[in-house]
Amino acid sequence: MSILECRALTKRYGNKEALGGVDLTLETGRIVGLLGPNGSGKTTLIKLACGLLTPTSGEILIDGRRPSPETNAVVSYLPERTTLPLWMSAKQAMDFYADFYADFRRYAAEEMLEKLHLEQNQTIRAMSKGMREKLQLILTMSREARLYLLDEPIGGVDPATRDYILKTIIANYNEEATVLISTHLISDVEHVLDEAIFLREGSVMLHETIDAIREEKGKSVDELFREVFAC
Amino acid sequence: MEWTFRADAPIYTQLCEQLTVAVVSGLFRPGERLPTVRELAVDAGVNPNTVQRALSELERDGLVYSQRTTGRFVTDDAVRIEQERRRLAEERAGDFLAAMEKLGYNRIQTVMLLEKMGGEEQ
Repeated sequence: MSILECRALTKRYGNKEALGGVDLTLETGRIVGLLGPNGSGKTTLIKLACGLLTPTSGEILIDGRRPSPETNAVVSYLPERTTLPLWMSAKQAMDFYADFYADFRRYAAEEMLEKLHLEQNQTIRAMSKGMREKLQLILTMSREARLYLLDEPIGGVDPATRDYILKTIIANYNEEATVLISTHLISDVEHVLDEAIFLREGSVMLHETIDAIREEKGKSVDELFREVFAC
Repeated sequence: MEWTFRADAPIYTQLCEQLTVAVVSGLFRPGERLPTVRELAVDAGVNPNTVQRALSELERDGLVYSQRTTGRFVTDDAVRIEQERRRLAEERAGDFLAAMEKLGYNRIQTVMLLEKMGGEEQ
C-alpha cells in the first residue's frame, strides 16, 4: 500500500523549476532516503507533501488524498531549521505538541528527554544547537504518525549526535509508518535506509533499495552518489 | 556487540555473517532468546527490515528458530552450530591462504610458517 504518491508533480518558483514532473510512490513500512545535492528539490518535495507549498501542476497524494489538515494529522514533519520559539521550555514544547497532535505520545518524549538528562524546565534559548535538534527530533518522533518527513535531520550536528538521532528514528518509528529522510550526508544514513531516491535538478534519477544497489554495483550508495553527482 | 559494515556488499549479508559469528562464538548461546528485531537494529544502527531479512536467512539455515509468541531463539542443535563454525573456519582459512599466495608463499611454506609460530607461542 502506498502512503505517498506523486504524479507528474511540478513546482516552479517564477521561472525556476524546482521539481519537474516527478512520479514517485512510497510504500508503507519503509525508511527512505531522499538524496541529492543542494538545490535538487528535496525540501520542495517535502514542503509539498505537508501542504506548505502547492503544486504548479501534477499532484501529490498522502494516503490517497491531497495535503490538507486531515492528512497533516497523520504526517509528522521535521523542518530543516528548528522552529520552536526560544522562550519555550522543553516542557512547554511538549504541552504545545500535545495540544496540536492527538497522536503525541508524551510518555515517549519524556522518557527520551530523561535519557538525555535534559531538564524539562530548561528553555530552548539556553540549549546548544545539538540539543535543540535532538529536542525537535524527539518531539517529531514521539508522534504516532503514518508518514514522517525529516528534512536534513542530521545536518550540522556532530557525529555522536548523528548516531543518536538515527538510533532514535529506528527505535521510535511505527512499523507500519514510512520515514522519508532528506540529506546529502549519505554515508551516515545509508545503513538505516530501505531505499534511496536520487534527486537531480528536480527529477528522480534513481529509486532503488540499498541492498539492490550494493549487490548490483558492488559499491555503497555513498560511492554511487559521488560518481553520479561528481562536479 | 561491535558491528562493522563494508561498502562493497549488501548490508543484510554482512548482518547474516556477523550474527552467525555471534552464534558460533557463543556470544549468543544455544537455546538463548535473541534480542528483538528492533533492538538489534538500534544496536547495529541499521534498518529493521534488513535485520528481519538477515534473521529469516539464518532461520532458513537452521541456526535460529522462531516461536510465534515468544520470539526468536538460537538453535539447540550443537551439531548444526559446529558445522557452521567449520564452514566459517574453512572460508577464513581459504581467504588467508589466498592472501599468503599473493605474498609468494605456497601451501607448504605457509604451513611451515604457521607451525614455527605455533612452536614459538608454546
